[in-house]
Amino acid sequence: MSIKHLELSHLSIEFPTPAGPFRALEDVNLDIEKGEFVSLIGHSGCGKSTVLNIVAGLYQATKGGVILDGKEVNEPAPDRAVVFQNHSLLPWLTAYENVELAVKQVFKGKKTKHEMREWIEHNLELVHMEHAMHKRPGEISGGMKQRVGIARALAMEPKVLLMDEPFGALDALTRAHMQDSLIEIQARLNNTVIMITHDVDEAVLLSDRIVMMTNGPAATIGEVLTIDLPRPRERVKMANDPRYNYYRAEVLKFLYERQKNPQSDTKSQTSEKNVDEKASSTNKQDEEAA
Amino acid sequence: MNAKVMQLSGINQMLLAASKLKSLNWAEVPGQLFKSLGIPLLAVVIFGVLWGAVAAQIDTSLGKVPGPAKVWEQATTLYQEHQTERERESKFYERQEKRNVKKLAENPDAKVRIRPYTGPPTFFDQIWTSVYTVATGFLLASLIAIPIGIVCGLSTTLYKALNPIIQTLKPVSPLAWLPIVTIIVSAVYITDDPMFEKSFLTSAITVMLCCMWPTIINTTVGVSNIDKDLVNVSRVLRLGWFSNVFKIVIPSSIPMMFAGLRVSLGIGWMVLIAAEMLAQNPGLGKFVWDEFQNGSSDSLARIMVAVLTIGLIGFLLDRMMLLLQRMVSWDKTATIR
Repeated sequence: MSIKHLELSHLSIEFPTPAGPFRALEDVNLDIEKGEFVSLIGHSGCGKSTVLNIVAGLYQATKGGVILDGKEVNEPAPDRAVVFQNHSLLPWLTAYENVELAVKQVFKGKKTKHEMREWIEHNLELVHMEHAMHKRPGEISGGMKQRVGIARALAMEPKVLLMDEPFGALDALTRAHMQDSLIEIQARLNNTVIMITHDVDEAVLLSDRIVMMTNGPAATIGEVLTIDLPRPRERVKMANDPRYNYYRAEVLKFLYERQKNPQSDTKSQTSEKNVDEKASSTNKQDEEAA
Repeated sequence: MNAKVMQLSGINQMLLAASKLKSLNWAEVPGQLFKSLGIPLLAVVIFGVLWGAVAAQIDTSLGKVPGPAKVWEQATTLYQEHQTERERESKFYERQEKRNVKKLAENPDAKVRIRPYTGPPTFFDQIWTSVYTVATGFLLASLIAIPIGIVCGLSTTLYKALNPIIQTLKPVSPLAWLPIVTIIVSAVYITDDPMFEKSFLTSAITVMLCCMWPTIINTTVGVSNIDKDLVNVSRVLRLGWFSNVFKIVIPSSIPMMFAGLRVSLGIGWMVLIAAEMLAQNPGLGKFVWDEFQNGSSDSLARIMVAVLTIGLIGFLLDRMMLLLQRMVSWDKTATIR
């Protein structure tokens, strides 16, 4: 038996509430290989972020645990860098200084000052932010902030890159642009990535595997879909690829037929409808293709 | 740095306005000038007229309540008294110098003593004493309050432990602190060669005791409300306690901290005047009290000069804090008033 890179083993977590313990996750099992890109998808409140936070070490699982390269994860560390949804850059530091804070912390005593500077600049170039690296977060757009957030995470040279809805707060065009950047970076660095997303297209386009989660409470993994599409993947070509559309439909079926959103009757109705329409149109396409 | 100060203090805007003057539509100039300068000036004039009118109606044991003209007259008198005093002082030192030179010429081995001038403190000396005292008290308070606020914000346990004490001591009047401080200072501060006057210490410590609370409370709130994402960033990076405090906690709570410091300085200034009056410590408060005891026909006008001066200095202190607040605040888009 080979040693697994990242192993999530029987993860369960309970949060104490005044009405007794609330079981958010129940028996989550997942093995991730080195260099694999895994997406977690599911409805709001299904515990995706909780899984990510346990891997990051920000939460402690009540039962089970996470093993990274043979060592159990107990606390947060830079080898599991997190890209947060709201960029979470320090607003009083420039883009360069934000990355510098991480680099200084991780490579203290391992890199010289000069090497650190090159490494910071290299990572900012990787996300195409070299032109604005001395600007503060308040002076750049949302997409650019998220790029800096990714650069900061990449600069830590993590074993696993954890992304919590990294593009969720961005508009559709910027998001597409960021996804393309991420594909490009992933092709160069081949990181192990766990990404949380709400966006079916994003999941299919970027992932090697999509992990679909059931609704909470006591959420767990419902299905795992392996995306067997050749890389590099191009957005425009993929739109007409029947396999791409098949995967897409599979995810949509899971989300909207087997795991109906518990809140879909109330507030998120409109946005849900849109996706449903898209889903039915792809289904039609699928039928035609067949 | 210089450019920054200029920008923050609004000098840049004035320069910009001046450079725009050439390309300006001259028809609009009087209107804009009126808005920026005329309206506040008009308000002051109306206030002065009302003051004069009401003051003339009130008879007191010291004559009529002085109007603006009388107060202005006393302000110039106080300035002249200050000038005369300074002249006397320099003459005193001149005479002393001459005497000493003469003494040394007669006998090179003679011991020469230089005596300090001991004239009465003028109004302007009192201003300086007050500003110096409040600055000392405020600095002491900040040095104590900011660290306490930070640890209270970081630790809920410590906050729960200290909060009742803070909330109980916070509303205590300076007048209640003063006797305790006076007695403790006279008991503890015993040296043959005192660096500070006892009265100075008493005032400064009273100011400190009264003005540290807003800073403690604001710093606590600022620190405990740090964005959770930033706390997580700090945890993922495994920043040590000191790095966390200096790189994440302090910068992100600086806006709240400075809001507290501004309130603290305002309270400190108010407290100082009261403390000086009651404790007979030198300063503006003592000036007011002395004039009150003096009871001459000019006294009311002289007290009013002091009142206006106290107000103006308080205003200037607040502006200084505002300038500092703008300089250290990272959120340049926030309007700070």
